[in-house]
Amino acid sequence: MIKPLRRPGVLAMAGLLTLVSWSERPTAQIEVVPVIGNGPPPPSWTPGAVTRTDGIEILPVQGNVYLVVGDGANIVVQAGEDGLIIVDTGGGTRSEQVLSAIRQRFNRVIRFVINTSADPDHIGGNATIAGAGVTIVGGGAGNIDPGNLGGAPDGAQIWAHENVLRRLSAPTGGQPSLPFAFWPTDTFFTEQKQIFLNGEAALIEHLPAAHTDGDVLVFFRRSDVIAAGDLFSSRSFPVFDPARSGSFTGSLAALNRLLDVTVPDFKQEGGTYVIPGHGRVVDESDLVEYRDMTTIIRDRIRDLVNKGMTLEQVQAAAPTLDYDGRYRATAGDWTSDRFVEAVYRELRPLAQATGRGNAASRR
Amino acid sequence: MHARGHLREMAIVRRAGLWGVWTVVIMTMAVAEPAWAQIDFSGEWAMLTHEDQPHRLPGPALGEYQGTPLNDAARRKADSWDASLLTLPEHQTMPHPSTYGFRGPSNMRIQKIVDPRTQQVAAFTMFGTFGHEQRVIWLDGRPHPPEHAPHTWQGFSTGYWEGDMLTIYTTHVKTGWIHRNGVASSDQTTMWEHWIRNDEILTLVNILYDPVYLTEPFIRTTNWRLAPGQQLGPRRFDPIDEVAGHPKGYVPHYLPGRNPYIREFAERYGIPFEATRGYAESMYPEYQIKLKQMMEAGSGQNQPGGSAP
Repeated sequence: MIKPLRRPGVLAMAGLLTLVSWSERPTAQIEVVPVIGNGPPPPSWTPGAVTRTDGIEILPVQGNVYLVVGDGANIVVQAGEDGLIIVDTGGGTRSEQVLSAIRQRFNRVIRFVINTSADPDHIGGNATIAGAGVTIVGGGAGNIDPGNLGGAPDGAQIWAHENVLRRLSAPTGGQPSLPFAFWPTDTFFTEQKQIFLNGEAALIEHLPAAHTDGDVLVFFRRSDVIAAGDLFSSRSFPVFDPARSGSFTGSLAALNRLLDVTVPDFKQEGGTYVIPGHGRVVDESDLVEYRDMTTIIRDRIRDLVNKGMTLEQVQAAAPTLDYDGRYRATAGDWTSDRFVEAVYRELRPLAQATGRGNAASRR
Repeated sequence: MHARGHLREMAIVRRAGLWGVWTVVIMTMAVAEPAWAQIDFSGEWAMLTHEDQPHRLPGPALGEYQGTPLNDAARRKADSWDASLLTLPEHQTMPHPSTYGFRGPSNMRIQKIVDPRTQQVAAFTMFGTFGHEQRVIWLDGRPHPPEHAPHTWQGFSTGYWEGDMLTIYTTHVKTGWIHRNGVASSDQTTMWEHWIRNDEILTLVNILYDPVYLTEPFIRTTNWRLAPGQQLGPRRFDPIDEVAGHPKGYVPHYLPGRNPYIREFAERYGIPFEATRGYAESMYPEYQIKLKQMMEAGSGQNQPGGSAP
């Protein structure tokens, strides 16, 4: 027989409490955890960190350093309270948009421009971007800019290795390729030049006979970011111009020098970031892969040259086959065939000098 | 008991029962979690190596590429690979990339990150595999990074639910590998995954698309069993100088056609060399017919039909 229930509400409340109790029973796996591991993800991965203005994209890289994309070669910005350092100024076809995007993002005075080479797609915005800056003169002279460092209103300094000025200014009396406003205002001829701004050292290091004879890397020491210019490209095989004293051997040496400077974080990831002249931001492990590739291609072509093969035979042997899908170019100034040819022409005299590689000439 | 009184009491019970049931139903709707057609992957998971065990733990032999849809570029790169590369300090501390990590030692811990305001699952983190990497699968709808952003070993992954199955899309991986014998994956690889849980068994279906090194999508499956007692500790990866005397920038590799170990696998097992070279057709069951015909025709391991290393 069913016993009459005198207090049905009590039962219902008990059931309710039981449900509430179940629903809030702690589950060990449900927890809020910070995203950690190999350190926090790069800032550029954070939604909202990337700004796009009129086709110009600005990505935070690390620390005070940002990448600006949208006008030829990569443009690098070091930003802080004291102003901006701009490394390379792009191709110059969209300089006003670049300048507008930089002003909108940082709202700081441009203090220094640094050119990593004399290539047109790296210095094309010099006149516009440096022209919008203010050179620090100190001593309160010409103190007209809103910052507190003082400054002269005739543009920011443009620093480069002296060979860049030599290329641009045609000092032997020829016709300069670009007007004065594009030229470096300050040059150096030593291995290294140092600049300090925003509480951070920027080390400018000359790497001779690499892409050209005027290439520098710019190492922002506190942010731990290197602007490498065309010493490295994540889009193509190494680009070097023998006509401007560039070389394959020097390019490979430059890659190994970059690896000397970079220090990876835990498990070969992050740490020092490198911004190439073209393409995406990389860290040391990406650079290692690229250096390995360059070394392997050098060894293969050298082996073929030592066997006395002609250029056509070397091309037919496809020494870059395993990297063609990633870097091969069939159009433009620097095709893959031209790259192999340039390597061949550089290595062949070396082989001949050592008594190797004469089979072709003997035939 | 009087019959009438009994009926009255039964009516009270029925009313109380209905009241209670309705209360429970209404309150359950109020307090219960909404159904999101999701399943919880959180927990400690121990790898099951019943599938492809020789390939996963001892590791593949040099030149063992069968069942992988490689192109000529991938074969050249793998044939050039020299394991001595791992003696270089700059190569020693690389963890397995996400394109391979689940195939090696892959015990792992999955946790979910819950948005404290909405209590929605914003992400899963996966910690473990070789090198004890941490991978994040974002579920909050965030976009993938732009083209110029750096790549990582684990890549950038976003996921969405298809019923109880979690589907994941990954980009921005580093140049890595898909086998431990030099078979590479490029940094252009994209990866689709399907995570499926059946009680204590977790299954991953992994599909790689690599325009640089693969001729077809490469599909693998891997299983784990729930292991609540498993503890994954920290793992240090410290680079050291192992070999003295190398010149600066030394990179060990084999020149084309000069890797003496590429045929070993085919010779050891008495199978045609071509069958080991990693053509897409070797992924499919009907390749057994061709393999049998090749072996009957005597095109043994010393008669490669594929591209010479």
